[in-house]
Amino acid sequence: MGQAIATPAAEKSVFDIKNLNLWYGKNLALKDIDFTIYNNEITAIIGPSGCGKSTFIKTLNLMIQNIPGVRMSGEINYEQTNLLNDRVDLVDLRKKVGMVFQKANPFPKSIYENVAYGPKIHGMKKKGKLDEIVERSLRDVFLWDEVKDRLNTSALGLSGGQQQRLCIARAIATKPDVILMDEPTSALDPISTIKIEELALELKKNYSIVMVTHNMQQAARVSDRTAFFLMGELIEYDQTNKIFSAPSDKRTEDYVTGRFG
Amino acid sequence: MNSKVADRIATTIFYLIAATIVTVLVGLLGYIIFHGFSKLNLDFLTSPSSSFRAGGGIGNQLFNSFYILFLTMVFTVPLGLGGGIYMAEYARPGRLTNAIRTCIEVLASLPSIVIGMFGLLMFVNLTGWGYSILGGALALTVFNLPVMVRVCEDALRTVARDQKEASLALGITHWHTIKTVLLPAAFPSILTGAILASGRVFGEAAALLFTAGLTTPTLDFYNWNPFDSTSPLNIFRPAETLAVHIWAVNTQGLIPDVREVADGSSAVLIISVLIFNLLARWIGSVVHKKITASK
Repeated sequence: MGQAIATPAAEKSVFDIKNLNLWYGKNLALKDIDFTIYNNEITAIIGPSGCGKSTFIKTLNLMIQNIPGVRMSGEINYEQTNLLNDRVDLVDLRKKVGMVFQKANPFPKSIYENVAYGPKIHGMKKKGKLDEIVERSLRDVFLWDEVKDRLNTSALGLSGGQQQRLCIARAIATKPDVILMDEPTSALDPISTIKIEELALELKKNYSIVMVTHNMQQAARVSDRTAFFLMGELIEYDQTNKIFSAPSDKRTEDYVTGRFG
Repeated sequence: MNSKVADRIATTIFYLIAATIVTVLVGLLGYIIFHGFSKLNLDFLTSPSSSFRAGGGIGNQLFNSFYILFLTMVFTVPLGLGGGIYMAEYARPGRLTNAIRTCIEVLASLPSIVIGMFGLLMFVNLTGWGYSILGGALALTVFNLPVMVRVCEDALRTVARDQKEASLALGITHWHTIKTVLLPAAFPSILTGAILASGRVFGEAAALLFTAGLTTPTLDFYNWNPFDSTSPLNIFRPAETLAVHIWAVNTQGLIPDVREVADGSSAVLIISVLIFNLLARWIGSVVHKKITASK
């Protein structure tokens, strides 16, 4: 996957980030980040704990603004809008940029209600259409066959891996362009992890995926491009195979070869 | 002394403490119910109390207690919910929020007789209503509100943060998230808290002595026009509640069967509170199952 030759279509960018700085109170947590995220690719973000990778991914749907005391400067361009300057409708943005969290967080509702939740609140009322969305979303995450007979039972009865796939289904039910995944497999067993990875590879045909991961093998296995963050700086960003075989920065090399982190 | 012996001694001590507590509680409960239970019959529960002769009931008092409780909850639940939502979701950490929280805590531990005197000034004298059900219910609202705010705030806070994030990340607005994710998840605890608070309100006497008063006018239970002075629903009439009645017959009762009436009333009071508590648990778990769709 790493050496996928970028075709012109795949070269289209979804996010264009320029000079992004972010402060928590007085602490500079992201320094001068320049970053382009491409369409229909999986972009992996790696780095040691506290390097700013989770902070960064949360800027892309502005979830970071829920944390008190956060300030940002620079540009995060998404579809010709600068999320930091222009008045952004958070509802529209987050419909387009979905997110999956580290810990599976289904609502304590039925499986059906979990997936239908987003579309319903965004105005989809028709039962037939909702059924269709729920089925399609669950099929997309390969969960349909496992749960189709118990759509009305609690989502909390699913296994951890199933819950995480349900959360992905919930995120794609609102038809986003981008899916942000913040360490989506760190709480899962190896088999569930493989399933999520295969799912991500499948989903990139239709969506652009940004995935924060602690697991370098994961980044190497699934991503097209990899970005290495260290202490709030973007150290290196390149094709995944290049990052893992011939990084240009010494620090990247030290990290991916396991010398620190 | 080796640690195994110490462990055994500690275990024994805690068992003894628990046994003492249970004995006291069961003894008290048993004593009240044992003495009062024989007095309980339909006549006692439904007939009006008498001032001089033996054989009076507690019908009016029982009705008054439930009516005042109902009104109190009508005032407290929406206000408490609003306050709880504000404290849990909108209040930014800082001096103002801390000040509000301190106020709520002080208010929650205010002696109820003080609330009674405040009620006398506010809802009896200032408003000119005299002793009234409404005044009593408002005094109890002051008494109960801080607890309700706390219950609602805590219930909302215990909803996992990731649930809220999940909703916000789907592009759901803050208010919608509160309405469709936080409140349903918090609902069982809020309901349980409200019912438990009801038990506290139901048994409250001191706050009502000088607000709802010690008397009940002759009530006509066939008259349901709330503006009529003999109607039980009239909120501007004085109303002696069950808890106040127990206090009143014991301190100034002229009836010969003071003891029987007090015993019977106490049993009714404590059984009602018991029912509130059991209901709280039962409804709480039923609603939780229903909302989370779990079996």
